Amino acid sequence: MMSKIIELKNVNKWFDKFQVLKDIDLEVAPQEKIVICGPSGSGKSTLIRCINRLEEHQEGNIIVDGTELSESTKNIEKIRAEVGMVFQQFNLFPHLSILDNCALAPIWVKKLPKKQAEEIAMNNLKRVQIDDQALKFPGQLSGGQQQRAAIARALCMEPKIMLFDEPTSALDPEMIKEVLDVMVDLAKGGMTMIVVTHEMGFAKEVADYMIFMDEGKIVERAKTKEFFENPKSERTKLFLSQIL
Amino acid sequence: MNLIAKPSKENIRTYVPIGLSLVSLSILDVFANAFFNLNLMAFFPSQLNYFLPLILGFIGFYLIRIEFSGVRSLDILNKNINSNNFNALLTLFTIFIIIKSIPPMLDWFILEANFVGNSKDDCTGDGACWVFIKVWFNRFMYGLYPDAEQWRINTAFLILFVVVGVSFFVTEKLKKYFIFFLVFVFPFLGIKLISGGSFGLEYVESAAWGGLSLTFIISAFAILFCFPIGVILALGRRSSLPAIKYISIGFIELWRGVPLITVLFMSAVMFPMFLPDGTFIDKLIRVLIAITLFEAAYMAEVVRGGLQALPKGQYEAAKSLGMGYWRMNALIILPQALKLVIPGIANTLLALVKDTPLIFVVGLMELAGMIGLAKTNPKWLGMAMEGYVFAGLVFWVICYAMSRYSQNLEKKLSTER
Ligand SMILES: Nc1ncnc2c1ncn2[C@@H]1O[C@H](COP(=O)(O)OP(=O)(O)O)[C@@H](O)[C@H]1O
Ligand SMILES: [Mg+2]
Repeated sequence: MMSKIIELKNVNKWFDKFQVLKDIDLEVAPQEKIVICGPSGSGKSTLIRCINRLEEHQEGNIIVDGTELSESTKNIEKIRAEVGMVFQQFNLFPHLSILDNCALAPIWVKKLPKKQAEEIAMNNLKRVQIDDQALKFPGQLSGGQQQRAAIARALCMEPKIMLFDEPTSALDPEMIKEVLDVMVDLAKGGMTMIVVTHEMGFAKEVADYMIFMDEGKIVERAKTKEFFENPKSERTKLFLSQIL
Repeated sequence: MNLIAKPSKENIRTYVPIGLSLVSLSILDVFANAFFNLNLMAFFPSQLNYFLPLILGFIGFYLIRIEFSGVRSLDILNKNINSNNFNALLTLFTIFIIIKSIPPMLDWFILEANFVGNSKDDCTGDGACWVFIKVWFNRFMYGLYPDAEQWRINTAFLILFVVVGVSFFVTEKLKKYFIFFLVFVFPFLGIKLISGGSFGLEYVESAAWGGLSLTFIISAFAILFCFPIGVILALGRRSSLPAIKYISIGFIELWRGVPLITVLFMSAVMFPMFLPDGTFIDKLIRVLIAITLFEAAYMAEVVRGGLQALPKGQYEAAKSLGMGYWRMNALIILPQALKLVIPGIANTLLALVKDTPLIFVVGLMELAGMIGLAKTNPKWLGMAMEGYVFAGLVFWVICYAMSRYSQNLEKKLSTER
C-alpha cells in the first residue's frame, strides 16, 4: 500500500466550548489532490490550518510526512517549511519587494546563499508569470498578481504539500482564472494539494477526491466524478444545487 | 434691498482694491504702532481708535472674499486664511499678535541686549545679558570637566559626527559596518575616552561631567539601550508564555507608574543601601540604568501599539514559511510595526531628552543643571531668564532636529512601498 503523506485520525478541535472539528479522518497520498468544499463556518479553514499547526487540535492524531503534530513536536518550523500555504488574503509582506518576499524564507530558513535564493525566486515567479513584477512592492500589484506571487513565495521553499484556503475568494472575477491556471499547472506537475475552494470547474479538472464538510464534520468524501454525478448525502446535494 | 452688493465677480474691480487697501491700512496701523509708537488714527475717539484696525481689516477681508474669482493668488488667500468671517478674524488676530510681539522680542534678544564684557556690571542695556552665557559657556558645555582634558570630549563627539556624517554617503554594504561600529563599539570607546583611567589618560570621575555634553551622553546611551529593551518588553507582553507575559506586564506597569524623579532619587540614594558592602556602582551609571528602564517601559507600549496594528495574516504567512519566533519578528513583524510607530518612538525619545535635566536631583548637572548652578552664583544673580532662554533654545534645536529626522525617515520608508 502506498504510504500516506498526511494522516488525520479522529481529530477533534474546540474553540473554547465550541467544537469546530468533529471526528475528522483524512488520508492523503503523495501527489493526490483534494478539494474541500462546504458552507461558510463549517470548519474548512480550521481543518487545513491544523495540518501546518497554525491551529492546534485537542484530540486525535495528525501525522504529516511521518511526523506527528502535537505540543511536544520539536521543529514544528521544519514541518511548516515543507507545507506551503496560500491564504485568501494573500498575506504578502508589504514592506518587501516581490522578489524579497520570495527569497526571504529560502535565505533565512533554508540558509541558502542570497544569490541562489534569488535565482529560485525568479524561477518560481517565471512559473507564475510575474517575473516582470519582481522588483515591485505588493501594493503595486493587482489582486491576481498578488495571489500568484503568494503561490510563488510558497513554492520557493520547495514544499511537499501545498494548502490553499479559498485562494480566489478575495479576487475580482476577471482575475480568478489567472490564479486557477497557475494552480492547475501546479497540480499537473505532481504537487500534493489540499484546496478549499468553491470553484467547481477547477475541482472537476484536478481533484482526485472531493470532501464536503458541514458543521465540523466530513459529510461526504468521494471520487470527484462520483461526488458530482451521484452525491450520497442530502446535504451535499442541497449544497451542490446551490453553488453549481 | 441691498445697499452694498455682495462681493462677486462683477464688482471684483472695485471691491478687491478697496478691500486690500483696508487690510493693508489696518496692518500698517498696528505695525506703526508697534515699531514706531505712532498712532496713525489718533483723530478718532479713543475706543474706536483702539478697535479700528480690527474693524478695517475685517471689512477689507469681507470685500475680497470672492468665490471663484478667477485670480489664482486671491483664491489661494481666501481659501487658506479668509474662508469665512471667523477665519478672517483669527487671521487678523494672529497677524496683530505677531507684529505686536516682534519689537519687544527684538529689543530683548538683540537691540538692547549686551554682548561685550565679562562681568554682570558690563550689562547696562535693558535687554538680555548674553555676557552671562559667554562667560559660562565652557561650563554649560562641559560642566566641571577639567579644561585641559576637554579635548577628549571634543574628540569623542568629533568622531561621532564624522562617522555619522560619512555613513550617510557610503554604500548599503558598508553601512552595516558603520552601524555596527556606532552601536557596539563607539559608545564604549567614547566613554573610555571621556572617563579615562587608562592609556595614559587621566581619570575624570563622572561627578565632574556635566553641561550639554552630559545631556548628549545620557540621551545617547539611554536611547541606545531603551530601544531594544522596549522592543523585547513589547514582544514579551504579547508572549504566549504566561511567565514571560506577566513579568513584562509587571515591569512595564511598575516603571510607568512611578515618576522619573522618584526613580532617579531611588537609584542614587536608596539603591546603594541594598548593595553588599564594598560594591560600588558609579552614580552616573545608576542614573543611566534608571532612565533607560523608565523610558524602555514607555517604548514598550509604543511598540506594542504597532504590533497590535499588524494583521494576523502577517504572522501566519511568516509561520507557514517555516520561520520561528525570532525570525518572524525580526524579518516580518518588527520592520512593519516599528515603521508604523515612528511618530510614537520619536515622541518617547524627545521626552527622554527633555527629561535629562531631572538628574539634578542626584547632583548631576547637565545643561539646565549647570545654568541653575550659574544663576545662583553671587556675581551673576538675576540671570535666570537668559540662562533658561538659552537652555530652551538649545533643547529646542536638538528636539527639532530629531523630529525632522523622524519625519524624513517616515517619508523615506513609506515611499519604499
Ligand atoms: N480563532 C477562533 N476563535 C473562535 N472561533 C473561531 C476561530 N476561528 C474560527 N472560529 C469559528 O470556527 C468555525 C469554523 O471556522 P472556519 O474554519 O474559518 O470555517 P470555514 O473556513 O469553513 O468558513 C466558525 O464558526 C468560526 O466562527
Ligand atoms: Mg474559511
